[in-house]
Amino acid sequence: MTANALRSTPLADAHRALGARMVDFAGWEMPLHYGSQLEEHRAVRSAAGVFDVSHMLALDVEGGGAQAFLRRLLANDIARLKTPGQALYSCLLNEAGGILDDLIAYWRGESRFRLVLNAGTAEKDCAWILSQREDASVRISPRRDLAILAVQGPRAREKTWEALPRTRAATRTIGYFHSAEVDGMLIARTGYTGEDGFEILLPAEVAAGAWNSLLKAGVAPAGLGARDTLRLEGGMNLYGQDMDETVTPYECGLAWTVALGEPRAFIGRQAVEAKAPTRERRGLVLIDKGVMRSHQQVRCAAGAGEITSGGFSPTLNRSIALARLPRAAGAEEAEVEVRGNWLRAKVVEPPFVRHGKVLVNL
Amino acid sequence: MTTPRELKYTKSHEWVKAEPDGTVTVGITFHAQEQLGDVVFIQPPEVGRRLKQGDECAVIESVKAAADLYAPVSGEVVAVNQEVSDKPERVNQDPYAAWMFRLKPSAPAELETLLDAAGYEKVAAEDKH
Repeated sequence: MTANALRSTPLADAHRALGARMVDFAGWEMPLHYGSQLEEHRAVRSAAGVFDVSHMLALDVEGGGAQAFLRRLLANDIARLKTPGQALYSCLLNEAGGILDDLIAYWRGESRFRLVLNAGTAEKDCAWILSQREDASVRISPRRDLAILAVQGPRAREKTWEALPRTRAATRTIGYFHSAEVDGMLIARTGYTGEDGFEILLPAEVAAGAWNSLLKAGVAPAGLGARDTLRLEGGMNLYGQDMDETVTPYECGLAWTVALGEPRAFIGRQAVEAKAPTRERRGLVLIDKGVMRSHQQVRCAAGAGEITSGGFSPTLNRSIALARLPRAAGAEEAEVEVRGNWLRAKVVEPPFVRHGKVLVNL
Repeated sequence: MTTPRELKYTKSHEWVKAEPDGTVTVGITFHAQEQLGDVVFIQPPEVGRRLKQGDECAVIESVKAAADLYAPVSGEVVAVNQEVSDKPERVNQDPYAAWMFRLKPSAPAELETLLDAAGYEKVAAEDKH
């Protein structure tokens, strides 16, 4: 019996046909893996994998007042974007400076912008954004008619062109954090894995065809399990674990996403400028055998903290984690309470892995 | 995958194999490894440890979660499978071949209290989620 039936993406049947283990993620039935999340992780690091991330929500913000609205709404400055197609990573803050969500905003040219919101926060974000709009001429449109595929890995772009040849001309030369539109698809050189690749927003009715073409070109289907281990290695936060409304970007390693250089009034600015942060985000690599997980306690010379996200790193072959610790320059060692035992960990600066390479000293 | 008929089982998803020399080897079932996902660490009991039936004796860490193993029968740990400890993915690849530790039972009658394959299949079916 299902009281609240799970939502499905246009690719749900395709995942089941591949034997995916389906799980509930934010009210959506999503593939956790297709057999082995470790294998899918390695496929992305070494070649190419494709993720169905259609549970995320594209939200179009358009009209003459759109840029001014987004300059007020987002902690990062949308006016920094100089080229149509360029993308911006930003936090969405509340009046207290707490993080409502993190998102990518694409400037599509002229007065058209597209935000991509996390699945678990989409409804909350939309309600918030609508409530903050003062200029009624700004059009805000949720795009549930779009599916989203993330093709990631050193061979991802090449495989995308092989599978979808008509995308090649428009996207061959776009740089990181830029996008192009072709055939009704928005193709961005962005991702959540620390590898090169594309995120493709496309009409739902053509998603299955594109997915099948990518698989035929040899791209491995990859699920949410691999997505999590990849982004953790890449030092990327997960909303709801590494950040939430009770913390500011400064406590999550995201100071670089808050644009204070100009006298721009944005929601949360006064709050973040008023209080100096006492905690910061650090990376941990476990020295002893075991796996670090969310909420485990951490102690170090500067005091006590906790793991926000932990897991096993296939590339490092040991456990890694993101943690919120008291601010302390030069902290090198910590202990983590794992299942009743204090285990030794090395304190590092994320990311742990980028473009297949280990970046931390083990 | 069918549940091997010649093995015995516990409600906590361990399998037990009676070896010709009177010892028993212990591993986890196909169902257990499927629920856990990719296994990344195994912490077996130390050789020499004396266990009572039901004692927590080992830990398996997967990408998803940590799971405790319980001694299926009372006895002394006489060996640990180093190959599986070194390559935990063997548990996912071949769960019924990937024994983790070997026990010398101190109360052989306890083996009769274990589930047979049919009995375990019922347990596994109820546990599916």
